[in-house]
Amino acid sequence: MKKMTWLIPTVYILFLMLPIYWLVNMSFKTTNEILGSFTLWPNNFTVENYVTIFTDPTWFMGYVNSLTYVTINTIISLLVALPAAYAFSRYRFLGDKHLFFWLLTNRMAPPAVFALPFFQLYSSIGLFDTHIAVALSHCLFNIPLAVWILEGFMSGVPKELDETAYIDGYSFPQFFFRIFIPAIAAGIGVAAFFCFMFSWVELLLAKTLTAVDAKPIAATMTRTVSTAGYELGLLSAAGTLTIVPGAFVIYFVRNYIAKGFALGRV
Amino acid sequence: MINKTINQKAWFMVLPVLALVAFNAIIPLMTVVNYSVQETFGDNLFFWEGIKWFEDVMRSERFHDALGRQLLFTLLILLIEVPLGVGIALTMPRQGIGVTICLVLMALPLLIPWNVVGAMWNIFALPDIGLLGKMLNGVGFDYNFTQNPFWAWVTVVAMDVWHWTSLVVLLCYAGLRSIPDAYYQASKIDGATSWQVFRYIQLPKMKRVLTIALLLRLMDSFMIYTEPFVLTGGGPGNSTTFLSIDLVKVALGQFDLGPAAAMSIIYFLVVLLLCWVLYTLMMRNETN
Amino acid sequence: MSSITLKSLQHSYLSNPQSEEDYALRKIDLTWRDGGAFALLGPSGCGKTTLLNLISGLLKPSEGQILFDDRDVTSLLPDQRNIAQVFQFPVVYDTMSVYDNLAFPLRNRKLPEAELDERVQRVAMMLSIQNQLKHRASGLTAADKQKISLGRGLVRSDVNVMMFDEPLTVIDPHLKWELRSQLMRLHQQVGFTMIYVTHDQTEALTFADEVVVMYEGEIVQIGTPEELFSRPRHTFVGHFIGSPGMNVLPCEWYDGGAVFGGYSIPLNKNLPNPASTSNLQLGIRPEFIRLVSEGIPAQIKRVDDVGRYRIIKAEVGGTNLNIYASEEVEIPSGALHLDFDPNHTHVYCDGWIHEVKGQS
Repeated sequence: MKKMTWLIPTVYILFLMLPIYWLVNMSFKTTNEILGSFTLWPNNFTVENYVTIFTDPTWFMGYVNSLTYVTINTIISLLVALPAAYAFSRYRFLGDKHLFFWLLTNRMAPPAVFALPFFQLYSSIGLFDTHIAVALSHCLFNIPLAVWILEGFMSGVPKELDETAYIDGYSFPQFFFRIFIPAIAAGIGVAAFFCFMFSWVELLLAKTLTAVDAKPIAATMTRTVSTAGYELGLLSAAGTLTIVPGAFVIYFVRNYIAKGFALGRV
Repeated sequence: MINKTINQKAWFMVLPVLALVAFNAIIPLMTVVNYSVQETFGDNLFFWEGIKWFEDVMRSERFHDALGRQLLFTLLILLIEVPLGVGIALTMPRQGIGVTICLVLMALPLLIPWNVVGAMWNIFALPDIGLLGKMLNGVGFDYNFTQNPFWAWVTVVAMDVWHWTSLVVLLCYAGLRSIPDAYYQASKIDGATSWQVFRYIQLPKMKRVLTIALLLRLMDSFMIYTEPFVLTGGGPGNSTTFLSIDLVKVALGQFDLGPAAAMSIIYFLVVLLLCWVLYTLMMRNETN
Repeated sequence: MSSITLKSLQHSYLSNPQSEEDYALRKIDLTWRDGGAFALLGPSGCGKTTLLNLISGLLKPSEGQILFDDRDVTSLLPDQRNIAQVFQFPVVYDTMSVYDNLAFPLRNRKLPEAELDERVQRVAMMLSIQNQLKHRASGLTAADKQKISLGRGLVRSDVNVMMFDEPLTVIDPHLKWELRSQLMRLHQQVGFTMIYVTHDQTEALTFADEVVVMYEGEIVQIGTPEELFSRPRHTFVGHFIGSPGMNVLPCEWYDGGAVFGGYSIPLNKNLPNPASTSNLQLGIRPEFIRLVSEGIPAQIKRVDDVGRYRIIKAEVGGTNLNIYASEEVEIPSGALHLDFDPNHTHVYCDGWIHEVKGQS
């Protein structure tokens, strides 16, 4: 009976793949074919959608721009979140519980509310249409997320491990990097992926804060709403391509996430 | 559980986080609060209105309806996605090529921009040219999400489950993988059954991670906008007009910044309250 | 309680081991008698945890057999082997009370409540945690949690062997002493066969009747603490045990005897010529080097005062060595003259002790 448990993730994955298959299917069709008929496989297999994307600079620069600010944001978020999460996990200080909860409240307002004020704020400091502006603005919701996730995993590591390390002669940096970080590898992997993901899919702020130089792929994709309705074929191809970078990210962190926590010798 | 030491210097470790987040939060917040207590007449003319907008919103039936729909939606989402996510995480492979396949494939829905998700499901669910629509009608259901509120709800919920369950799965899986082997070994020696292992080891150890997953899904489903908007536009009628969609209609449709801002603040407070309650419930056993 | 026999036991984590290096644990044959306290001593990665897990059944050996008394348990699962194990860090069921933690293995074995209660109370008293039975296990200190882990093994009447995998690692140093003594008392009281894995020689030498020293997957020596100290069979044992460890000095073979630094070193036995003279070493513990007026000359580099005694760090012809000097001994300044006690000077060939066949 135990052996049948592989069925569950398998069924789930099949469920997930169905619309994605449909998306990829559509990306190889012309918009006319999509709207005109129902076929499981393109009747007229075409790569023209992809060709458009790869040859039109506004399209592929969109990817480059998105990748740029997302990467910047993920790195910043993780870097500042690690010490903060450690502080929350190991220390008590004035206002710590309130600060911790306050962090999460920044994710509780619809981004639409922030669009105009952000536009004014970042323009006023001369950062309009830059990658760093988008990266910084995404810190609003990504840093709290990273802190919460990391703190959760750090709390699973017994404090005795810290103390034993000091007794064994480790300095704090040595302890942190050689012992602690490997122990919370799963948390870092998950936090990194989620920061990447939430920043990657965020449309509104990214569009609001950019014009040309740092225009993200999401903005370009809304251009596909033309007078004829959605340019579905193009949209599907673009949609398919947006999955790719993220797939690399999770592939890259898979070992961190799946890593068992074998409390090694200190 | 963790014996924390009192150390005020820990503030330094938290300072960068505080700076970056507060920078993004405080100024826009002040703007919103500003708008919420004033009346605008285009041309940047503002008049003080005090709490009038708040009262209006709280009393409006339209608001109550949208809130009701939203609460139902969020409840459904949590009831489906969290147990499902936990269950999948428990049955996922622990090592080998299966891990890679599972993780990568499960992450894919999360990476699609939300408007594309909505558009995808829109086509996917169309009765004549979409795979889902065709299948359901072929099996005998009279499926049409653009005209039938029930089917619209089913489709929106299915879309959200499809889109976001993987978030719960990934979090819970990472949490599970962090449980040291020694716990499983000890339970084997103690003669525990799989159910006991789940109840006494896995579930407690996943509590923090589950809390995060729950809170995230609570917040995000409560604020959901793009996907249902692209899928159904809030319809048919206003059967799938959730709170966010309603808010945007009010703000954009009528150019009433005052009520919109007030509504935003009430919205925020509702989410805050729900999250705070959930958080307190989940964390009540932690001795700090 | 039972004796444990390992027959030709080997283990590799790879599915297709080709050579010696692929084995985490190399061929072992040994027997531990019933009721004794045995230590598995060695540095990180030497294979002691692997060996422990093989005995407890958490790992299935690639080759060989494990016998409890005369019963072959090699293919049995952990809970069929009647063992208990305490891990490196406390493993408790956080959501249960201390009482329920201790009762857990008994309830799974369907023991009647009355007998269960009596056992739990008794064990709790043995471990001095009877006042905390109602508390949630998660709120306790690490030391108390380890006691709970220990307790879950003690409550069962069917435990043959209790295994400890470096259990004091996360305990506060000042509590380690107390726990150690308690453990020893328990062992004397209950009389279970105890296998204690550690990388701390003090722990091993305090606890054990017999110590198994492991190095790189191999058993290097088995013996009483006394034997390990005075007659290390491998340079590693000599070096690892003792504080500071044995001096290992390069030497040559000349004219039927050992030569170090140009000086002929007296040995108290007639040793045959070693098979190869290329990798010869002399081993002598700092405690067995005497300061004399005429002998091997050495230069003092430094003297460390450790309170009751001193360690002289000296140098003979480019080789450093340590000398133990008790309080009363006067240390001359500048040059020293050393004498090696022939009873405790050993010759090592490729790391292994060189001796007359038949001696052990």
